[in-house]
Amino acid sequence: MSVIFLAEHQQDTFKKSAFEAATFSKKLAEKLGTTAIGVVIGSMNNPGSLGKYGADKVLHVQADQNVPFDSQVFTEALAAAAKQSDASVIILAHSSTGKALGGRLSARLKAGLVSGVNALPDTEGGFKARKSVFSGKANGIYNITSAIKILTLAGNAVKPVRSETEAPVESLQVTLPTARITVKEIKTVQGIVPLPEAEIVVSAGRGMKDPGNWGIIEELAATLGATTACSRPVADADWRPHHEHVGQTGIAIRPNLYFAIGISGAIQHLAGVNTSKVIVVINKDPEAPFFKAADYGVVGDLFEVVPKLNDALKAFKAAH
Amino acid sequence: MKYLVCISKTPDTTAKIGFTNNNKTFDSNGVQYIMNPYDEWYALVRALELKETQGGDITLINVGGVDNETIIRKGLAIGGDKAVRINAENPSAWFVASQIANYAKNEGFDIIFTGKETIDYNGAEVPAMVAELLDLPLISFASKMDISGNKATIQRDIEGGVEIVEVDTPFVISASKGLAEQRIPNMRGIMMAKTKPLEVVEPLAIEEMIEIDHFETPPPKSSVKLVDPSDMEELVRLLHEEAKII
Ligand SMILES: Cc1cc2nc3c(=O)[nH]c(=O)nc-3n(C[C@H](O)[C@H](O)[C@H](O)COP(=O)(O)OP(=O)(O)OC[C@H]3O[C@@H](n4cnc5c(N)ncnc54)[C@H](O)[C@@H]3O)c2cc1C
Ligand SMILES: Nc1ncnc2c1ncn2[C@@H]1O[C@H](COP(=O)(O)O)[C@@H](O)[C@H]1O
Repeated sequence: MSVIFLAEHQQDTFKKSAFEAATFSKKLAEKLGTTAIGVVIGSMNNPGSLGKYGADKVLHVQADQNVPFDSQVFTEALAAAAKQSDASVIILAHSSTGKALGGRLSARLKAGLVSGVNALPDTEGGFKARKSVFSGKANGIYNITSAIKILTLAGNAVKPVRSETEAPVESLQVTLPTARITVKEIKTVQGIVPLPEAEIVVSAGRGMKDPGNWGIIEELAATLGATTACSRPVADADWRPHHEHVGQTGIAIRPNLYFAIGISGAIQHLAGVNTSKVIVVINKDPEAPFFKAADYGVVGDLFEVVPKLNDALKAFKAAH
Repeated sequence: MKYLVCISKTPDTTAKIGFTNNNKTFDSNGVQYIMNPYDEWYALVRALELKETQGGDITLINVGGVDNETIIRKGLAIGGDKAVRINAENPSAWFVASQIANYAKNEGFDIIFTGKETIDYNGAEVPAMVAELLDLPLISFASKMDISGNKATIQRDIEGGVEIVEVDTPFVISASKGLAEQRIPNMRGIMMAKTKPLEVVEPLAIEEMIEIDHFETPPPKSSVKLVDPSDMEELVRLLHEEAKII
């Protein structure tokens, strides 16, 4: 028996989700009285560093290079790792990678899947996993009845805990099938934490009036080390890039801190952000629906409030 | 080309959410249902565009009860040629995927379209399950797709950007925003939909792997704490000392 997790990485850097999965798997393994095993696919310099976040051992599926993502190839590797380590639980990130694998592995291993899990499962009298449903308006608690269980873990659901212990690395020989998908190009914004992984998000909407006004939003984000986001009409009008669009038709995020600036708080927008831990709303209209979903609110003109907030934050950062 | 488009139904985002049967069942009383936006706006419309430019035939499939025929007819009005409903109430993702794969396995579809996720349970589970059951490649979260001959070039959304991939038919593709532009059914489409074939098939027996234990609604958010717009030091203090978030 063991808990295994896929540690996603890009070149030689683990993604934040890998550390979250490691810590989550370790906590779950302790509950089940077993070990947490990380699975690393493709070339990676220091897979043993996963030990610092909870892995008791790492299985390294060796390859000459970074294996481009093809869900069939990854499924083969993970199924082999699951067999090798007699896995009873498989943890994936609720990411573009994990979502494409969860269903495949579930069908392959006849293992029940709960996706987007946001808390440690309850293992007394069953295996009950919790996830947010109906755009954050409720939680569903599902009991997995199959022998092997698969969870995809929502971002920011667990805080990675770090120690100084490296994990032993074993190499796992798997004959990977030839990929049927060829990855031609990967275009990602550099130097910015991708939105789904961001802990702080500064988001702005139509209240900004003009794309030329976004300087104050970017400055605030820079001060906070935050990632920027936007409402749908702003992306639709090409004021901001499409990958910044959050909400029902954009991406769903759950950062620790979400700033909504000049966004009215339509239900379709809230659907993508209302599981954020703390929400701050800045809007000149005291009747804006977003205030109902907010923890902190500022009723005022964003063009005055945001620069003031930025100054106050800079002063705070300088003092701490 | 033969296209299969998987369509699901979901409560309208503005619907009030409640539960019955000891919080084990979603209370559909008075709930307005819609076709899942990713299926309607992007998956189905991209299939239609392909049909318009390259010819072909579009089958819609839904796993659900008889109530779902409203959204199935809507799909036919937008442009599906025929539809299949696998007759089952409240199916799980595993149940749905097994039925779709069972139907598709002998039909020789070139492309199976799904939405990236259903917006009620936000599973994003069915597409990958269908792909695995049929041993097909999966391109998930597709926001652009072009095809020439049997080779498709697809842009897929990943964290903080996109990935451009190539794949030969047959394959499964899950649609996210951008794959097509939403279309509204016109009068002619609505009239024609009434006479298009809608086949009802009884489901295959499936062993479930998960069961709902219960649903919980989070406690209502305590009311917002307002901060004076001229005192942003106070907001910073609250975020630091009270929320402990910075
Ligand atoms: C099916 C469907 C799906 C949708 N999906 C999404 C989605 O995924 N994401 C999304 O965001 N939307 C989505 N929408 C659109 C949504 O309904 C709203 O129209 C949209 O979120 C509004 O964007 P906004 O808040 O930026 O603009 P507005 O509603 O125009 O709000 C602008 C706000 O800025 C405030 N403001 C103006 N000037 C100032 C100032 N100087 N200082 C401070 N505040 C100011 C105003 O008081 C107002 O509250 C969807 C709609 C539908 C029908
Ligand atoms: N009951 C269903 N019938 C047909 N297709 C479905 C059904 N449920 C889900 N799908 C398809 O699978 C996609 C992803 O759904 P899900 O895995 O439930 O998030 C949807 O966008 C649909 O295309």
